[in-house]
Amino acid sequence: MSNARIRKIISAIAESLCGLAVLIALVPLVLILFYVVKHGFTSLNWAFFTQMPKPVGEVGGGMANAIVGTLILIAIAALFAVPFGCLCGIHLSEYPASKFSSIVRFAADVLNGVPSIVVGIFAYGLVVLPVRRFSAMAGGFALGVLMIPVVVRTTEELLRLVPPGLREGALALGATRSRAVFSVIVPAALPGILTGILVATARVAGETAPLLFTSFNNRYWTTNIAQPMASLTVQVYTYANSPYEDWIRQAWAGAFLLVIIILVLSIIARVSVRRLERMNRP
Amino acid sequence: MPKLIRAAALIALVGCNQGEAPHSATSSPAAQTVAINGAGATFPNPIYSKWFSDYNKVHPEVRINYQPIGSGGGIKQLISQTVFFGATDGPMTDAQIKSAPGPIMHFPTVLGAVVPAYNLPNNPQLKFSGPLLADIFLGKVKKWNDPAIAKVNPGVALPNLDLTLVHRAEGSGTNYIFCDFLSKVSPEFKQKVGVSTSVSWPGGVGGKGNEGVSGLVKQTPGAIGYVELIYASQNNIPYGAVQNAAGQFVRASLDSVTAAGASATMPADFRVSITNAPGKDAYPISSFTWILLYQNPTDKQRGRILVDFMRWALSDGQKDAAPLGYAPLPKQVIDVEMQALQKIQL
Amino acid sequence: MRRSADDRLFRISTGIFAAMVLALVAGIGFELWRQSSLSIAKFGFRFWTGRVWNPVSGEFGALPFIWGTLYSSLLALFLSTPIALGIAIYISELSPRLLRQPLSYLTELLAAIPSVVYGLWGVFVLTPIVRKLEMAVPEALRRTPFFSGPPLGVGMGMAAIILSIMVVPFTSSVAREILKNVPIAQREAAYALGATRWEAIKVAIGYGKTGIIGAVMLGLGRALGETMAVTMVIGNNPQVSTSLFAPQYTMAAVIANEFTEAADDLYLHALIEIGLLLFIITIFVNIISRFFLWSTKKRLVRA
Repeated sequence: MSNARIRKIISAIAESLCGLAVLIALVPLVLILFYVVKHGFTSLNWAFFTQMPKPVGEVGGGMANAIVGTLILIAIAALFAVPFGCLCGIHLSEYPASKFSSIVRFAADVLNGVPSIVVGIFAYGLVVLPVRRFSAMAGGFALGVLMIPVVVRTTEELLRLVPPGLREGALALGATRSRAVFSVIVPAALPGILTGILVATARVAGETAPLLFTSFNNRYWTTNIAQPMASLTVQVYTYANSPYEDWIRQAWAGAFLLVIIILVLSIIARVSVRRLERMNRP
Repeated sequence: MPKLIRAAALIALVGCNQGEAPHSATSSPAAQTVAINGAGATFPNPIYSKWFSDYNKVHPEVRINYQPIGSGGGIKQLISQTVFFGATDGPMTDAQIKSAPGPIMHFPTVLGAVVPAYNLPNNPQLKFSGPLLADIFLGKVKKWNDPAIAKVNPGVALPNLDLTLVHRAEGSGTNYIFCDFLSKVSPEFKQKVGVSTSVSWPGGVGGKGNEGVSGLVKQTPGAIGYVELIYASQNNIPYGAVQNAAGQFVRASLDSVTAAGASATMPADFRVSITNAPGKDAYPISSFTWILLYQNPTDKQRGRILVDFMRWALSDGQKDAAPLGYAPLPKQVIDVEMQALQKIQL
Repeated sequence: MRRSADDRLFRISTGIFAAMVLALVAGIGFELWRQSSLSIAKFGFRFWTGRVWNPVSGEFGALPFIWGTLYSSLLALFLSTPIALGIAIYISELSPRLLRQPLSYLTELLAAIPSVVYGLWGVFVLTPIVRKLEMAVPEALRRTPFFSGPPLGVGMGMAAIILSIMVVPFTSSVAREILKNVPIAQREAAYALGATRWEAIKVAIGYGKTGIIGAVMLGLGRALGETMAVTMVIGNNPQVSTSLFAPQYTMAAVIANEFTEAADDLYLHALIEIGLLLFIITIFVNIISRFFLWSTKKRLVRA
């Protein structure tokens, strides 16, 4: 067999191995989605959305408090992370070359890589210990810290994407820097910034570890952020570790709901990113 | 406004689900809800969750949020004062009591049993002697058809399956009770592993909570673990009979646990161990389980509510024990406890 | 003149928020260090080499957790890297145009699934399968240190498998970006010299080599910090073992399991010291990967 022939065969084999890799990666995805849908969808019922957990061993009950808890925690996290992250991102995009900005950018990248459980320890020391109470505030704070780097980076990237003509025009009309930024550039980049917030939210909606010793857990319905609060992720974890058939069934339902929420958030984010890319292409 | 409507709807919903007519609250519906946070043992969680839920029906403005994170966790969170009360099946050590910001009192609530639960094909009924259990959990017995197990179980077909030990991954009172018993019957166990809520197990798999251990045993063929009786019986996990101090092989039951409890001489601070109790009917791995309260709580209102709850639990609540596999407290103990509750400074 | 004062105010006020991000990172490191002082003082370097984790006797050694974290993450890298690279190559070079978006979206979906859902699925769906696979391992292999011990299903092997699934989308999406930015000229030169498609791809990979290493290290950083899915399938036993069947423990998992109940201060400080180590290791890996990615970006942009 000629050299060329062998090389062609090797090429074909290598290429099909790459295709195989894609298939291999798709197998767990399909399996996970299949089982989550199969066990979770069938376990969703009206009770799941409206009732509290029942005492141990009794069948039934639901995760109403956990669902609301997760929403509240995300809201607290966003309230904290969005202003911080956006203003930081604005600074980085307006003064991209300064030494300070590169250090901050580096810090944001570092923060992005910090394991969520370490952030949980930090939140415990800062928010739980001084007041001697587990609270939704502590959990929201931990999630907010996790959101910040994502918001910072996407805000910076998207502000930079805004055509320079817009800024120059504003400045030429005599606007101060802050005026130019807040009245012209940010509104132009707003859809992108909102997308970044969505992406960050999708990331923290699925977090469990930092909540274990910050927002803790709560059997009851509560909207009081100074009290421990149930969350979908912690509840799924608690139920998954148990031997009760009914709890495991509810864990699958909770997992299904989580996946749906995150899926919806990430679809919206992806679609709007593509729209923006198309819009900003010169 | 919406919150009140929500709360009222919830109460009605819960009330309806239990098949009772919507009850009339003993206090006005607009009473401020008091949330009390507690944490601790998973051992009594089935009955505590029922108690707190029932108490909430009688006093709808009181919401006791109990999180079963393990006895070690209950003690720790109580000492850190991140929860108002704790629960444990391993009594606090003197060192732990000294490290607390104020004096803590132990109040027994029910009696329970820790059983050796296992997962074998055909669910054979097995017997274990104390020293055998100790050897198993020291990792000295590797297979189910080991002669040591066969000796105690003549005539039972034992498979050639590897033994998988399942223990607690976190600090647990169930751990304490089991190790307390094993240390009493095996000096080697006492020396190598010891007694505490958190021990260093030589090998095996760690599960979280009684739930986690029973879950692992249920899923793993050849597994053996130690769980509170209700977790094994509610989940149809077979558990063995254990040989007691009188030489009899006894299965955990209401009667055998009560027999163990009856033999106890209760000290003033209620910290007592009843494992390996004398008496031919006594189940050797029995224990009291305690709720921990500060003697001088800073929050007097919550202190009052909790004392009222304890009185309820020690009277009305005791009838819930038997159906859930726990033994109610002996009457003498309840009487002494009611007296002790008055020591809480409100 | 009013304008420059406004501008300065703008710069300073936004700068304060930027500085707070910096403060956050420094704060985390400082808090971790401060809250582990008792353990650092008592054990010093013995902490990293001690094998015994015994809360009863107050003896704390973190070696089993360090081992578990490193071993599981490296195994995960070993399993995930070829697959992630294969995906990256396929999507950026080989796949038909129409499939590109859907395929890349599907791989990103893997990254969106929460850790606890991976754990749930791992415990109830994958573990019985893996247990059957472990029981089918031939006797000859069982005698090697990699497959010793009873086949439980849960253990280091399960953790490595789950971690690798979770890491694949991260590595592959960054690798894809790298490959996308390799200048066409490189590939065209290869074809001009008579290369097969695979050989042209190899040239592109070689060109973006440092970037791909950066992508792999990013995946490593992800694996090191993973908590929930791992603690549900790894067996939670602090032992140092090379066996894939053996239940072991990772740094993140022990913190998650034991944090709320570390009853005495030394215990808590020991756990936080493990958190400190995890923090330092992940920062380190992150910095190295960013360095690789940054130097690749410079090179690609210049060309």
